[in-house]
Amino acid sequence: MQTKVSCTLNGEDVSADVDSRTLLVDMIREQLSLTGTHVGCDTSQCGACVVHVNGRSVKSCSMLALQAEGAEIITIEGVDSNGDLHPMQAAFREHHGLQCGFCTPGMIMSALDLVQQNPDPDDKEIREWLEGNLCRCTGYQNIVQAVKAGAKSMRAGGKEAE
Amino acid sequence: MYEFNYHRPASLDEAKQILAANAEAKIIAGGMTLLPTMKLRLAQPSDLVDLSAIDGLDAISDAGSAIDIGAMARHADVAHSEVVRSAIPALADLADAIGDAQVRNRGTLGGSIANSDPAADYPAAILALNATIRTDQREIAADDYFLGMFETALADDELVVAVSFPKPKKAAYAKFHNPASRYAIVGVMVAETDSGIRVAVTGAGACAFRASDFEAALTESFSADALGSVSIDSDDLNSDLHASAGYRAHLVRVMAVRAVKALGG
Repeated sequence: MQTKVSCTLNGEDVSADVDSRTLLVDMIREQLSLTGTHVGCDTSQCGACVVHVNGRSVKSCSMLALQAEGAEIITIEGVDSNGDLHPMQAAFREHHGLQCGFCTPGMIMSALDLVQQNPDPDDKEIREWLEGNLCRCTGYQNIVQAVKAGAKSMRAGGKEAE
Repeated sequence: MYEFNYHRPASLDEAKQILAANAEAKIIAGGMTLLPTMKLRLAQPSDLVDLSAIDGLDAISDAGSAIDIGAMARHADVAHSEVVRSAIPALADLADAIGDAQVRNRGTLGGSIANSDPAADYPAAILALNATIRTDQREIAADDYFLGMFETALADDELVVAVSFPKPKKAAYAKFHNPASRYAIVGVMVAETDSGIRVAVTGAGACAFRASDFEAALTESFSADALGSVSIDSDDLNSDLHASAGYRAHLVRVMAVRAVKALGG
């Protein structure tokens, strides 16, 4: 049975007809055609599918699309402003916080949730927070540097991180 | 996943009606265990009853001698609650170390204790703090609640509404976590409560339990040294590729010592 889900996706009202079993990530990717959110493990381990639901980071493979009725969803496609990279995205580019890039959208969405709670996280806090995000290239060192630089840049109002 | 019907009732009464009308229905709170289980086709509910739209079920309040936490309070809510942090910091710390950030943003107190996973963190706090589980039908004392692996005193049609945690004089939780998934291989909460010293263990057995020998030793003398001569029988403890029963028994004492030391003992 198909049921209509309505929510906002990156600020726009959207809706989709979904099966009760449809996962949020599949609705976002397959029906709403935003493929920046990745499916890595589909078992809530890897964090490649992290999006924000009502301001909090969640793994969108571990939530039903129907549970997102009325929710505000932000994906990696919704964090830039008018085509300019978000400071956190810019920091990942600057600090080479990615190798293959598959985990990057989830890393960035997770990092943004960290920074909204803790604007100045230290290395230990960043590493603990990224517990739920796996990088198969094991490039964590630069990811941690990028998150730190991104947080600094965000504190400075989006100016380029040093 | 097998097919199911999804419901998101706006009231507890409506939720109970749906449960009563569908014998194979299951309640979904945060879904951090149920959805992965359904994806593996290890569960086949006919209906899912999502409690997230029921007002007030996630409330956290100071009730004087206790902190009341609604069943739908997310782990992150408990971890960040000033009410919890100021009265029972050990409980806020416990919630802040469950799983990962995204699990804490979805997972709930009620879901955790209704599921009674042997490696869940909250059950240690329920027992150590002598909490009372409030359901839609009655109140259940902590010591009567956990019955076995994934087994509790809850009836099939019974819903956890809230948990009341009496404020302890002091409490600390120490956990040896699985390095990949952060669940408790062994977790121990030590608390000094109005009903005496309580020591509760999770991760080690079929469900959370109290370590009475440890409680007696700490009642005699609240110090890490007092735990030097007590041990826990490994016969009934869990054994898996992460830790043998004997190692878990060892960890129970090590974690208890850490918790006692954190409390200055």
